[in-house]
Amino acid sequence: MLHTLPLAFVLAGVVLYTVLAGADFGAGIWQLLSGPGERGERIREHAHESMGPVWEANHVWLIFVLTVTWTAYPVFLGSLASTLSVALFIAALGIILRGASYALRSGARDARETLVIDGMFSIASLVTPFALGCAAGAIAAERVPVGNAAGQPFSSWLAAVPVTIGVLAVCFSVYMAAIFLAGDAQRSGDTEMADAFRARSLIAGAIAGAAAIAALIVVHGNAHSLYSGLVHGGALATVIVSLVAGILTLVLVWIRRYEPARVTGAVAVAAVIAAWALARNPVLLPGLTIEQAAAGHDALVTVIVAVIAGGIIMFPALGALFALTLRRRSQPMPGSETAAGAAHVGTPLRVSAGAPRVAVALFIVGIGMLNAANAGWCHIIGVVALFGFLVAGFVAVVPRALATDEP
Amino acid sequence: MHALALALGPVHQHYLLQARQMQALSFSVHIPLVCFGIAFPMMVLFVEWLWLRTGDTMYRTLAQRWSRIVLALFAVGVITGTILSFEMGLLWPEFTATFGGVFGLGFAIEGFSFFLEAIFIGIYAYGWNKLSPRMHFLSGIPVVITGFSGSLMVISVNAWMNHPTGFRLAHGKVTHVDPLAALFGNPYLWSELIHMYVAAYMVTGFIVAGCYAVAKLRGNWGRYQRVALTIPLTIACLAAPMQLLVGDWIARDIAVAQPIKLAAFEGLYKTTRGANEHILGWYTNGQIKYGIAFPHLLSLLAFHSWNAKIIGLDTVSANDRPPINIVRFSFQIMVLLGSALAVLGVLYLLVRWRRGRLPDTRWFYRAVVLSGPAAFLCLIAGWVTTEVGRQPWVVYGVMRTSQAVTGAGGIPVGYGALVAAYVAVAIGVVWILRRLASKPLELDPAGVIPTPGDTGADTVATS
Ligand code: HDD
Ligand code: HEM
Ligand code: HEM
Repeated sequence: MLHTLPLAFVLAGVVLYTVLAGADFGAGIWQLLSGPGERGERIREHAHESMGPVWEANHVWLIFVLTVTWTAYPVFLGSLASTLSVALFIAALGIILRGASYALRSGARDARETLVIDGMFSIASLVTPFALGCAAGAIAAERVPVGNAAGQPFSSWLAAVPVTIGVLAVCFSVYMAAIFLAGDAQRSGDTEMADAFRARSLIAGAIAGAAAIAALIVVHGNAHSLYSGLVHGGALATVIVSLVAGILTLVLVWIRRYEPARVTGAVAVAAVIAAWALARNPVLLPGLTIEQAAAGHDALVTVIVAVIAGGIIMFPALGALFALTLRRRSQPMPGSETAAGAAHVGTPLRVSAGAPRVAVALFIVGIGMLNAANAGWCHIIGVVALFGFLVAGFVAVVPRALATDEP
Repeated sequence: MHALALALGPVHQHYLLQARQMQALSFSVHIPLVCFGIAFPMMVLFVEWLWLRTGDTMYRTLAQRWSRIVLALFAVGVITGTILSFEMGLLWPEFTATFGGVFGLGFAIEGFSFFLEAIFIGIYAYGWNKLSPRMHFLSGIPVVITGFSGSLMVISVNAWMNHPTGFRLAHGKVTHVDPLAALFGNPYLWSELIHMYVAAYMVTGFIVAGCYAVAKLRGNWGRYQRVALTIPLTIACLAAPMQLLVGDWIARDIAVAQPIKLAAFEGLYKTTRGANEHILGWYTNGQIKYGIAFPHLLSLLAFHSWNAKIIGLDTVSANDRPPINIVRFSFQIMVLLGSALAVLGVLYLLVRWRRGRLPDTRWFYRAVVLSGPAAFLCLIAGWVTTEVGRQPWVVYGVMRTSQAVTGAGGIPVGYGALVAAYVAVAIGVVWILRRLASKPLELDPAGVIPTPGDTGADTVATS
């Protein structure tokens, strides 16, 4: 239980990353497929605007997965990162390009600049999920041995099963993105875009379904132990759940219920990942069980506590962010353009006469306690005094400076 | 003494040096962005508070323009930070595999911290027109807090690498791991954390102020520019003298905990009582050539005693010493430039206090323009001091860097690709900052005192 709980967190993180960041990658790919002309531009614009506020938060799931893995299963992470370094490095380069284009797009002035940035962004959006998918496939297909770069640098992930999983990751991303973008357009009353992305969702859904079946066939032919794991017991049940959720998603898109469709889509992805985990359980890498890979007792306990505590703080905040983006194109809040809502409108700043002296006094206390004295408790007082100096100094200077008319 | 048992097994890496340079490059790109993530939100919030308090819309304009810069730099901070997380596995798998259970928790909590930061930056940046002014202001506060807590977590890892505790070695195997003791029970964490935190305020403050000093020198000067210069400059000028004191504190900690590192700072070969401090010069053959010597100053600074004994490099074998000149040169850059910045800060504060206005010589503004790059240099030099001074160890005295490295091939290829990507990102960042800066200022006429010759062009980052 203690050994597997962090893994459950990691897998949940992988699911959320696949669904949320996947939609984000997919939106980039739709920009690539947007076609020319004004309509193409609108599609790109829509894809960009919908993702702008949420992509960073979506992206951090990857950091979560990485850090919890290396804390709780260090040997597992060390082995896979060193063997799959090429795939992961390509993904990393893709992440640099994607993030950079988000940052840059707000500066673009004309259609040509936007097109260049979008192009860079789209290619990165295609490469990153593919490379990450291949890496996941290589782990699933037992192509990563335990050890420092003990596996093949290229053939570990450029083989039938990993590449199929890579393609599947791209298809999923494109599909999740189309549903998300359709829903977002519907919410803002843009029926043209909503219908455009509905059609895209249906096509992408069909392709993703076909890719999933193809993947199963490839796994059957090339990674037989994984296949037999998948078609027995709990794993089989989750495969069936995934199938049902996948079909349900298509139906929901068909009847234009995009929000529920996102949920069932997520369930389908989660079920695939759970099926893989159940098929492999209790083995992480060939010859390395979950229990063998797990870090010591205290490390596991602290990471579990940290994740739960972090989650309690984080999920409400994440909810607030998503709620805010849903409000995206609605009317601005009344009063948000002025400070009318605030308490002391028009209050001038208070200029304090004593602050300079207090600042100098605290600075001298700081020198005495931090630099002359040696005891730990003196250092604490010294640091507090110096931060007090910062505040007092700021209060001494800034209000007076802002109040004067000097240029 | 048992050799350290590696979790994955030993490898030979021909390109260790390139791997180290790759790591150093990635940090040098990440760390200045981090400074803006730590310190800029606080300044933006202060300006927004001024708007709420006075109702003067000029403050709102300033806060909004700054918040766009925060957002753009945050995006780049996110990706460069992600690269760092990848590199912990890609370049140093043995380090992560052997000690992940000890230090990993720091990064896991850091992950949450950045999660919250990303969420609230999103809310803040996209919420200008969707939240009530007060809610909007409040949504910025978590950004300030998480910027601090994030750096606390990362620095706790770095402090642990420099002063490893919280585990035991039994026959070379890592056992009895206590991550909380390793990360937060480390007495050397606090000096490093506060030094970094203050550095972030200096770097951000001087760079932002420098941009408006350029505007002033070009004659583009109005109330807007004056406010935008005064706030960051005041913070940085207060932080600079404080940093001197914190730097002294950290150096005295090093003298106790990592004497060989201190010897490398000073190029001290022989263990000496009443050791001299040398400024400038070059270390060869066990001594400092062409340096200016201050008798007994090193003993005095490090241990507050005229004849204190300072451990020399000769106490360890040659392959346990860091590269002396790199460490010493970086340390001197940090201290000399840091002292110069402190002098600039004190000058500014004195003029403000005594005369009640900004200094009016052009030289002052030229100095402010240079102060940004100088603070940046201090930042990088300080980290080179810390990290290269730790060599040849990745975990001080426990694991060598050569044991930590990956066995994978192709490091030079990766290095080249990463350099190319960072160059592209750097060009992009300069481009976006100029674009953001050149967006015309839309000041509400009621909120400004118009000045002749104010073309309205705000000049962030034209330097
Ligand atoms: C604006 C930046 C800045 C300025 C003006 C200074 N420093 Fe610094 N210094 C840093 C920025 C920095 C840093 C980049 O932030 C480091 C790297 C690791 C750390 O925690 O802080 C650092 C590290 C660092 C270390 C090494 C710590 C270690 O190896 O673990 C010492 C001994 C000092 N500093 C001492 C000083 C002194 C005596 C200064 C007086 C002028 C000074 N620093 C100014
Ligand atoms: C091994 C070292 C480091 C790693 C692995 C690392 C990792 C990361 C990651 C993954 C992010 C992105 C977070 C997000 O998505 O929101 C990030 C951003 C950040 N990192 Fe680092 N980091 C390292 C060093 C540092 C250091 C030394 C500091 C500072 C003291 C620091 C402070 C920050 C801050 C404040 C951010 C927020 C982004 C910003 O404001 O620009 N990091 N880091
Ligand atoms: C706080 C988080 C940090 C962590 C966990 C960290 C970790 C590491 C690791 C694992 C290495 C490689 C092993 C080694 O060479 O010893 C390294 C090297 C290095 N890091 Fe850091 N680092 C941190 C912050 C920074 C920052 C902010 C800089 C800024 C410039 C920096 C500069 C370097 C340099 C120059 C090296 C290469 C040293 C050499 O090989 O000579 N580090 N660091």
